[in-house]
Formats: sequence, structure tokens, C-alpha cells
Amino acid sequence: MRTYGISVPDGKVAETADQAASIAAQWDGAVVVKGQVLTGGRGKAGAIKVVSSVAEARASAEKIIGMTVKDLPVNRVLITERINIASEYYLAVTIDREAESVVLILSAAGGMDIEEVAATEPEKIRRLTLTADPSPESLKTWLAHAFPDAGHLDQAVPIILAMNRLFREKDCSLVEINPLAITAEGKLVAADAKIVLDDNGVPLHPELAELRNDEEYTADEIEAKAAGLSFVSLEGEIGCMVNGAGLAMATMDGIKLAGGTAANFLDVGGSSNPEKVLTAMRILLRNDQLKVILINIFGGITRCDDVARGILMAREQLGITVPMVIRLVGTNETQGRDLLQQAGLIATRSMTEAIEQAVAQAQGGARS
Amino acid sequence: MSILVNEQTRVLVQGITGRDGSFHARSMQEYGTQVVGGVTPGKGGQTVGTLPVFNTVAEAMAETGANCSVIFVPARFAAHAVREAADAGISLVICITEGLPVLNMTDLSAELKDKPVRLIGPNCPGVISPGQCKVGIMPGHIHKPGGVGVISRSGTLTYEVVYSLTESGMGQSTCIGVGGDPIIGTGYLDLLAMFEQDDQTDSIVLIGEIGGEAEERAAEYIKTSVSKKVVAFISGRTAPPGKRMGHAGAIISGGKGGAEAKVNALREAGVVVVDRPDQIPGALA
Repeated sequence: MRTYGISVPDGKVAETADQAASIAAQWDGAVVVKGQVLTGGRGKAGAIKVVSSVAEARASAEKIIGMTVKDLPVNRVLITERINIASEYYLAVTIDREAESVVLILSAAGGMDIEEVAATEPEKIRRLTLTADPSPESLKTWLAHAFPDAGHLDQAVPIILAMNRLFREKDCSLVEINPLAITAEGKLVAADAKIVLDDNGVPLHPELAELRNDEEYTADEIEAKAAGLSFVSLEGEIGCMVNGAGLAMATMDGIKLAGGTAANFLDVGGSSNPEKVLTAMRILLRNDQLKVILINIFGGITRCDDVARGILMAREQLGITVPMVIRLVGTNETQGRDLLQQAGLIATRSMTEAIEQAVAQAQGGARS
Repeated sequence: MSILVNEQTRVLVQGITGRDGSFHARSMQEYGTQVVGGVTPGKGGQTVGTLPVFNTVAEAMAETGANCSVIFVPARFAAHAVREAADAGISLVICITEGLPVLNMTDLSAELKDKPVRLIGPNCPGVISPGQCKVGIMPGHIHKPGGVGVISRSGTLTYEVVYSLTESGMGQSTCIGVGGDPIIGTGYLDLLAMFEQDDQTDSIVLIGEIGGEAEERAAEYIKTSVSKKVVAFISGRTAPPGKRMGHAGAIISGGKGGAEAKVNALREAGVVVVDRPDQIPGALA
């Protein structure tokens, strides 16, 4: 944001309470201690503290480092200079899916959880479509109502233009300043901010790839990503391997409907070669909650014989002890089924039947 | 007589010299689609199988009379490929490519509004009118001509549904994968309107998923403007919020995009929403 000319408070990151204290000393302890974790709701969780002395800064850092916010661990804190906030706004540039455009969201209820404002006081939120190059004059007119002070208004316009530029040049899906603070001295400062990058845009911006923070993902999600698999960890007992995102979601839903719980979402993708299947199985097996593996393949571009080969490779190399329930339909299904049958594995043709079998196996396993 | 594509459709393959482009060009030909040529800049004059390759869409159109284009080029060139087809005067552009930055689509959708072109996708399996024409990557053999129109945000889940329709003896008029991205060329509303008008179509299957509010809008539209029977399935009822479920557009965020709101909106509009894909044929009968 600094690069784009937006003013942000001075600060430094600390990983220990000692470091936090020495950074806080630069401002005589008049600082804000902010837990660094990639989720919202930090304030409510007690991961942001405004303090007045070095000792307080140390104590707060001690408490915040090591806590968890929404199950994510806080490993470091940002110590920033305390600014005297007179009033606060919420500002965001994001995608409006329905309008198919970039939109500016503004609320005078800054610092608050915007979802809550949207639910309880929707009239406090205003939206404006942003083109690639909006005219500063028309933006100023639109903002005048929210910033009655001419000095503030003159600062707000370039901040929003900069957010729009940042959003577009770096292929973001969200650039949010919350709160945008007006200081006692009349200066507009981005007191806190959140930027979300569009995953599809990251390959176009190699300089941004190194900002990726793997703490946001589980180890399994990271390995899956590297292998080109789409994976999300869940908390259930049935490991799923499915081709296609929609079918993978429908499989999870079907498991729930049949009384079971899915351990994950896993889309092995379109052209699943045997190695990809092997990696997928390796990731599934690392989960010690796992009771059953459910493989649901509808072959289109994916060939059932490739998947069968992958399953057999996995069985040989990984020593699979949990039961597998396999459903194979589509391209080369006969060859796939034959390969499995020769190895003593049976594949069903019905998705519902496979799901019900997997749920029964998982429940049987729980009893034993 | 089906929608979007039929026996008269003359298809051009953009990115035909690539691995996916050449493979699917052949598979479309084998299905009986009139594939008339391909485009890869710098490779004009070559052939792929029996198909001539051109440097530009304009040139290919002039030589072949193509009226539809299907795009297989890599993500970073895909928006340009759509633009080129639209500028050349192709009336139906189907973009299979996955991974376009969403900002490419905000720009494209604004540009295409004023042009006589319809975009399907990106990140979609394409369009098929069984027995007539297949423009995309779906396995043709699971389809069967008939009266059910299918609209879906998914790929394999659509195959799943089509397969169970065909097994139950219910053929399809046209099946469209609209794409799994947050912003797509053609959404539910236009396609519902076309199916409503189409003589061959007597009922409609809508396969939605979490993310966005397109299903809610479709529900409103169905309530006022669709007289044919609509059956729907929504995937992602058990998806956790804040996580992208494979598709770029399949995410519950900011308290929006959850499955329950979609199911409720559709039911309120008189749509039969089933719990499992294999319940769709029964609900249509």
C-alpha cells in the first residue's frame, strides 16, 4: 500500500515478546500489538491490543504469540505506532459477481465487522462500480456525502484511486482498508488492511508468489497444490478421491446424507495419470482419522484404466490397510474394472451404492 | 430443435495445435460435429488431422464459413482469443480454458455487451446437442437425443446427471456447462429463456453449486418466466465457508453463497430440488 502512496502506520514484526518490547520502545510504548494471522475477527479474539508502555507491549505480545484465532496459530505480532483516531471508515475494492464488475464498498461504520454491518444496518453501506480509470471529479462527488470535510475528501479520492490501481495491477480479489482512520491531526491513514490475491492471477505476478504464507494451509493442502490436486481438509472419517469439483462436492454431500462424514474434498482433476492418483492416496492416508477411502470416478477425459493402475500402484507402494470402496464409470471402465478385479478389488457402478457402502464400512470400523 | 448448437454449427478450434486442442478436435469430429478448421498464430498453413490451420480467426472464417469457436489456448492468452473471435464476427464462442484471472472477465464481459456474440465459459466443459453437435470436452457417448435441457456449473457432475438421465431413457435437447468461475459469459437466465422457447425441450435440469447468487436469481426468473418443469441439484451443501472448493467460483464468502439459501429460493419458485443426482430422473418423470 505504501508503494501505491497510501499512508500506513510505521511498524515492525516481532516473533518474541523481547523483540516486541524493543520495537515498542521506539515509540515509548505507545503502540498497537497486532497478532499476525490470515483471518478476520482478530480484534474480537483478543489478538489486537492498544498499549501505552513498553511493559504492556511485552505482556500483550507474550499473550498473543501462541494463541489461536479461528484455529489458526498466531506466530508473530506486528508492533505499530499508535495513531490518535478521531473517526473510522470501512473501504474495500472487490469483485461484484452479479454486476460482473469491480466495486468500491464504503461504510462510515469503520473498524467493525462489515458482515455484521451488512446484516444489521445495510443502509450504512454504499457501493460504487469502479472502471479501470475512474474520473477523480465524479469520485469526489460520490464521496462528498461521506467526507463532509474538504481536507479529508481531498485525501480520500487518491486513496481510493490507489486501491483501484493496486487491485487491478496485482490481480487482487480484495483490497480492504478497515479501518481507514482520520487522525486527530486530520490525516487519513490505513490503520489496518487486508489484501487477497486472485489465485488465477498469481502466475502473472511472480513477485507476489513469494508472499505466499503457507501457514494458511494444512500440510496436506500444500502437497496437494504442488501436485496439481485441489484439496480441502475436513474433519470426518471417509477419505474421498473424486474427479471434478462439482462431483467431489456432491460426493461429500452424499456421505453426509447417508449418515457419514467426509475427511476431505479432493478433486484429482481432468486427466488423472496413475502418479496423480498415487499422490492423492498418499495424502489421504496421512490422516489418522481415516476409516475408509471412497474413490468416485466418472471418466470423461479421465480414463478409468489409468485410475485403476494408480489405485493398484498405491496399494502396492503405500501398504493400504483401510478398506477402499471404488466406483468407476465412463471412459475405459471395463478395462479399469478388469484390472481391479484381477487384483481382487471390486468396483461398483452406482455412486449412491458406493457412498452407502463407504458409510457402512466407516461405522463398522468405529464399532470394532 | 435444441439450443445454441445443431447440425448447422460450423466449428473452429482456437489452439488446435496444442495437446488438448488437437485431441478434442478429433473427438468432436468423431461425434459428427462439423469442425471446419483451427487457429494457432504462426502455424497457418499446417494441418491437424484433416483440418486446416489458420493464423487468425478472421482468415479462418473467410475460408471456412465458421460460425462458432471453441477455445483451448492457455489461460494467459484466453481473453485475447475470445476478443479475437468476437471481433472477427463469430457469434458463439465457447471457452474451455480454466484459470483466467477474474479481472480478465470483468473487462471482457463489459466489452462483449455491445457485440453480437455469446460467450459460454470460461472453465467449462462446453455445449452438446446430442445426436447433432458436440462443442467441448464431454464424453459424447453418454448422451442421447431427447427433451431434457441441462444447465450446469460443473463438468463431471453434469456427466453424472446426464448418464443417469440416459440410463433412465430420458434424452437431452442440449446440455450446457456454463463454467465454474465467479464471472462467466452466459449464465442461467439467458439459457432458461432459450429452453423455455425451444420446442424440443420439455423440461429443464439446473445443476448449481455454492458461491455467488446466480441460483437465487435463476429462481426469481423461473417464478415469473419459465412454464416448463425445472428440477435442480445444488452441490456443496457440506462445504465449509471461506474455502475454495476446486472451482474458482465455488466459495462461500462474506456470509453469501451458501447452498441452503439457493435450495430455499429454488423451492420457493416451484423448482423440485433433489438431494442426490440419481434422484433427478425420478423427479422429472
